[in-house]
Amino acid sequence: MDFYEISSSLLSISFFIYLIAVVFFGAILGKKRDEKQKSKLTMIGIILTIIGFIGQVASFIFRWIEAGHIPVSNMFEFIYFFSMCLIFAFLLIYFIYRYSILGIVALPIAIVLIGYGSVFPTEVTPLVDSLQSNWLYIHVTTVALAQAILSISFVAGLLYLIVKVNQEKRSKETSYLELIMYFVVSVIAFIILSFSFGAADYEAVFNLPENEDLTDISYTLPALIGPTDSELATTDHFYTGIEAPSFMNGPDAARKFNTLIWSLVTGLILYGLLRLLTRKRLGEYLQDKFGKVNPDVVDDIMYRAIAIGFPLFTLGGLIFAAIWAQQAWGRFWGWDPKEVWALITWLFYAAFLHLRLTRGWHGKKSAWLAVIGFAIIMFNLIAVNLVISGLHSYA
Amino acid sequence: MSVKTVKCECGHINHEGTVLCEACGKPIKGNQHLDGNDDQKVLEMRYDGSARRSKTYKRTFIDKTWAFFSSVKVGVWLIIITLIFSALGTLYPQEPFKNSPLPASQFYETEYGLTGKIFYQLGFHNMYDSWWYIILVALIGISLVICSLDRYIPLRRALKNQKIKRHPTFVKRQRVVSSTDKLSDENYQMIKERLKKKRYKVKEEDGHLFAEKNRFSRWGPYVNHIGLIIILSAAILRMFHVMHVDDYVWVREGETRVIPGTNQEYYIKNENFSYDFFDAEEDEDIRFREALKNANGPIPKDFQTDAIIYKVKGETVIGQEPELEEVKRGQIRVNHPIQFDGYSLYQAGNQMESEYDRISFKVNGENNQELGEFTFETDEAPYQVELDNGMIVRVDDYYPQLEFTDKGPSSFSKFPRNPGIIFSVLNEGKEEGERFFYLGEEVIGLSEGNTFSMSVTDIEKRSASGLTVKKDYSLPFFLVGAIIFMIGVVQGLYWYHRRIWIHPTENEYLVGSHTNKNWFGMKKELDEIFEETGFAEFKDQSELK
Repeated sequence: MDFYEISSSLLSISFFIYLIAVVFFGAILGKKRDEKQKSKLTMIGIILTIIGFIGQVASFIFRWIEAGHIPVSNMFEFIYFFSMCLIFAFLLIYFIYRYSILGIVALPIAIVLIGYGSVFPTEVTPLVDSLQSNWLYIHVTTVALAQAILSISFVAGLLYLIVKVNQEKRSKETSYLELIMYFVVSVIAFIILSFSFGAADYEAVFNLPENEDLTDISYTLPALIGPTDSELATTDHFYTGIEAPSFMNGPDAARKFNTLIWSLVTGLILYGLLRLLTRKRLGEYLQDKFGKVNPDVVDDIMYRAIAIGFPLFTLGGLIFAAIWAQQAWGRFWGWDPKEVWALITWLFYAAFLHLRLTRGWHGKKSAWLAVIGFAIIMFNLIAVNLVISGLHSYA
Repeated sequence: MSVKTVKCECGHINHEGTVLCEACGKPIKGNQHLDGNDDQKVLEMRYDGSARRSKTYKRTFIDKTWAFFSSVKVGVWLIIITLIFSALGTLYPQEPFKNSPLPASQFYETEYGLTGKIFYQLGFHNMYDSWWYIILVALIGISLVICSLDRYIPLRRALKNQKIKRHPTFVKRQRVVSSTDKLSDENYQMIKERLKKKRYKVKEEDGHLFAEKNRFSRWGPYVNHIGLIIILSAAILRMFHVMHVDDYVWVREGETRVIPGTNQEYYIKNENFSYDFFDAEEDEDIRFREALKNANGPIPKDFQTDAIIYKVKGETVIGQEPELEEVKRGQIRVNHPIQFDGYSLYQAGNQMESEYDRISFKVNGENNQELGEFTFETDEAPYQVELDNGMIVRVDDYYPQLEFTDKGPSSFSKFPRNPGIIFSVLNEGKEEGERFFYLGEEVIGLSEGNTFSMSVTDIEKRSASGLTVKKDYSLPFFLVGAIIFMIGVVQGLYWYHRRIWIHPTENEYLVGSHTNKNWFGMKKELDEIFEETGFAEFKDQSELK
């Protein structure tokens, strides 16, 4: 067994330990158990999380040895490191506040992230020349840690919303909350789809007869939407015959659009099933289960996470990034999409911190902001790398 | 301008617009609406009820402008607007990144259709140096300065003037309070000890106690704003081109060139340009075999220029070769620029084997009998060469970058990127010979019934290294700004300004407490300090419901 295999197995083991930990954290939900039982069960949850975390760190170290450089240089590695930081940030906040209920939101998010990251190629990749610098270690790790800590404010915000949004009747707030649930379900749908079609080695190939520059495009999901001006080469595969609108240029635009539609549709089906099972809005269902939560503490965690994450993000995402860019390219700032989105993230959290000074922006409003902040971080992580091309589109 | 004043019953003279007396904290009648204290039990303590210019004077145009920019709400709106525009600018590549020979006026429409056209027409393709984007950022800068001054000056005054003895209303209307009927001396001493242990500065007067710590954390926001203002000023400075040099130079292997942007003062020689790609066959890279197999093309490992930097010695005379003195020798690699006298050269581009350095030929006679060999150097193209046996090969025409136009063969540039050569192989003493055309790395005969033949035996190509030349005087300003910003942020976020007042009245002891943030921690600390001293459990008068 080589280091790569050890690393992969350790990651799988950690993944399952996290899953089991969620089950224990689930003990907080519902009213069947008394407080003593609950605290005992969540304690087991915390211990399992720590074990899983140690496993993940070990997996990280083995991968590091195998690759010969810190494994944070492609999409899989970064998301995997980010999820590790998220668990770390959760544990950190737990040891400050002793508030284990966050785990029931934080852990599933970390699990979904690991699942999402595993969809990308997992082999170790060489470092292109521009990444061969000690700043890779400093810049990427601080950014990931900072974003993970900022994400804890989302975890706290989501918890706050689940508990505090009035679920007695349908409102704008309940709808937005359902939208968040739907997004999470869609990501899960995406992971399930990728793995099931991946396991079946599904591949539908399109030729582009009118475009000589581009090679064939292969789909790993059945084609609902084909590339513009294309022909299906593997004719025995399913194809609706609908082509992507012509403004979706770029070799992969149509394929990504197809995947997006699959995820959203499957997500919708899954969400519908959950609604049918619970016979309630998911937010309403969860609110019933969560019972009492101290809103002041959750609000404070939301703020504190940003108070810790913001300076760290400034340091890693802007200052270290600028120093490295100066060293690598001789310009510390170049308005590359990733840089712009780091600035956007920074501006957003700066606005958040200022709004906290204004009366009436604590509590629910802050919680919604924390959700938007996380959306920006995810956009920067996923969309900027995969959709908008730039210096960071190495994955 | 004479400043109007308000005198408090405690005798302290406050500036007009003060909400809470700077000394005793008693709410000043008629000003409570300024901080929204009218219908609230808990006093607004954000700026200690000090008199802020923006809230006090609202008559003249200057007052109104000041009030506008000093509002946090306005600041946040400016941030949000900047944020939204910044995001829109990443929708499509900015003009410098469009990576297409098409001009911007066509590129965005052809590539992205209608939305691309709108993007271009709104000027979003050059957003970040457009005048309106710069104005937006400048407005944020103005807001930063005014917000800070409007709050810092009165807050500092209020904190400086605060007295130990406060008005009972002030203490009662703090957010987290407690009280007790009886306070034994023993318990009082214990509280004092615990306060000191927690690094509070404790002051006493007539049985009143005032404990305070970490006041410096209140200045954090102003410090970080100073850092930001330095960064913004540096950015403005940088708009003037004297502040930085930004140039580009291509140097071929073996070539010495003047470095642009240095006033013809420095020269660079490219001794050797080497490059390396990841190779799954090599032991070192075998672990990447999967990734290399899946990659679209070779993955660069290293580019390196072995360079010598020269400085011109003495005065330069026009038309004369300058005398050069070596100042530095070293390697330029990505992430490892070479530096000299404030200039930096960065490895930025490469034209690998893009030019022909030398081409070797062989001439054969009848029956393939070898007559001789010669090498053609593209930079020093000879008129003719003499072979070993005394035969002459004449160069009739040389096209460094061959192309065919209506008028026949010609050269697109003087760079030997695709050389074409017409030779005549002459017998001794003759003017006319057999003609051959070298093109596309092959030789074809032009004359009919050739007795000679010519072929290519060897080709050597050379690479060119692309280097960016940089010199930037504004860097230290940015760095200092960033450091100050970080200090300010940490100072403001990681320490909390906490104050505790113990106020004896006729029949009870009141405790009021204030922290500028982290009430969760404050309550924990209060519980520890007042544990088992007879005080009632602390009450948070504005808990979230």
